[in-house]
Amino acid sequence: MSQQEIEVILSRHLAEYLAMPIFIVNPEGDLMFYNEQAEVILGRRYNETGPMPASVWSIAFHPVDEEGNPIPPEELPLMIAIRERRPAHKIFSIRGMDGDMHRIEVTALPLIGQANRFLGGIAIFWESEPS
Amino acid sequence: MKVTFWGTRGSLASPGPDTVRYGGNTSCVSVEGVEGTVIVLDAGTGIRTLGMHLSHEITRIHIMLTHLHMDHIQGLPFFAPLRRKGAEVHIWGPASNTLSLNARLQKYLSPPLFPVSLRELAAEVIFHELPGDAFEIGELSIRSHLIIHPNPTIGYRLECSGAAVTYMPDHEPALGAVTYPREKEWTSGYILAEGSDLLVHDAQFTEQEYQTRVGFGHSSIRHAMQFAMLAGVKEFVPFHHDPAHSDDELDRMFEESQAELRPSFTVTPSREGMSLEVEC
Repeated sequence: MSQQEIEVILSRHLAEYLAMPIFIVNPEGDLMFYNEQAEVILGRRYNETGPMPASVWSIAFHPVDEEGNPIPPEELPLMIAIRERRPAHKIFSIRGMDGDMHRIEVTALPLIGQANRFLGGIAIFWESEPS
Repeated sequence: MKVTFWGTRGSLASPGPDTVRYGGNTSCVSVEGVEGTVIVLDAGTGIRTLGMHLSHEITRIHIMLTHLHMDHIQGLPFFAPLRRKGAEVHIWGPASNTLSLNARLQKYLSPPLFPVSLRELAAEVIFHELPGDAFEIGELSIRSHLIIHPNPTIGYRLECSGAAVTYMPDHEPALGAVTYPREKEWTSGYILAEGSDLLVHDAQFTEQEYQTRVGFGHSSIRHAMQFAMLAGVKEFVPFHHDPAHSDDELDRMFEESQAELRPSFTVTPSREGMSLEVEC
């Protein structure tokens, strides 16, 4: 059996302790983990969804912009962070798997480990009030 | 493979009447392959004695450092082959994003911390940075992987004809884990330790001590034994004994933890001067 990289293991451990929703993907953008706080917004427990390919999770939550237009997967902050290896930030809305809509503010970062190994990305997000 | 323990103590050398049986020198283990290849794991104070025992006929030596904390490098300048003209000493260790392995070691091996610099030693010293792809030295095949410990730290797995010895002297796989032991995929060091014939692993603290030392980078004997169980090893060697633990206290720790967890594998606490054979 393979094992996750140490920096990814430590990221998951940190996410499990923090009271902020956190979503972790691998270098291909495939979902590796989201924490309990993220489960509240995403509408399903991670134990139920498990890992998901980028092509699935990026549309599963029906992201839409402030005007209600669908956001293509490549424009989601996490996908920008892993593609361009830079931080990305956006406010948009998603529909959780329980059907509830949430306006969220997302900051995504590439995860770069020792020896500049590119290990994936992390998104931290908050419920956001309309401005 | 013949595995010999030259230093088993963690953190600080602790000679004295209370540490005679388990030993007071810090981390150093040698692994000798069936064809005579010698790998030295860490360069704690125990490496001085190893250097005195190594045959002069061995002119190429590989020292594999897990990390650069003082208890793992302090013996390096006292390693006799480094003062031998014609010797070739390869030093392997963790890479850094900022300084080379050589430059980081020079911080210790230069005045005012030490009077002699590495480049003044007679042997030719060649540096290699890890982790990287698996590689071979003589009849031994070696894998390295980052493991959880403050500052980049590497664990090693040495294989010979399918038999494996894994060395993780400083390792805290339980750090931050909400449940422990947890899934193999999410456990630091599992990829190296899986199915090892011999696992040499950090077991510095009692369970009670660990509660006030979370994040120090070391394991309780209980966590170490649970890690060995998860990895399905055949023999577990507790290592990196706390300098504050006397021989009698270590006896008690190992007895109590085995009575509690009842492992199916052999538990052989590391003692300075002890040798174990792993059949290839």
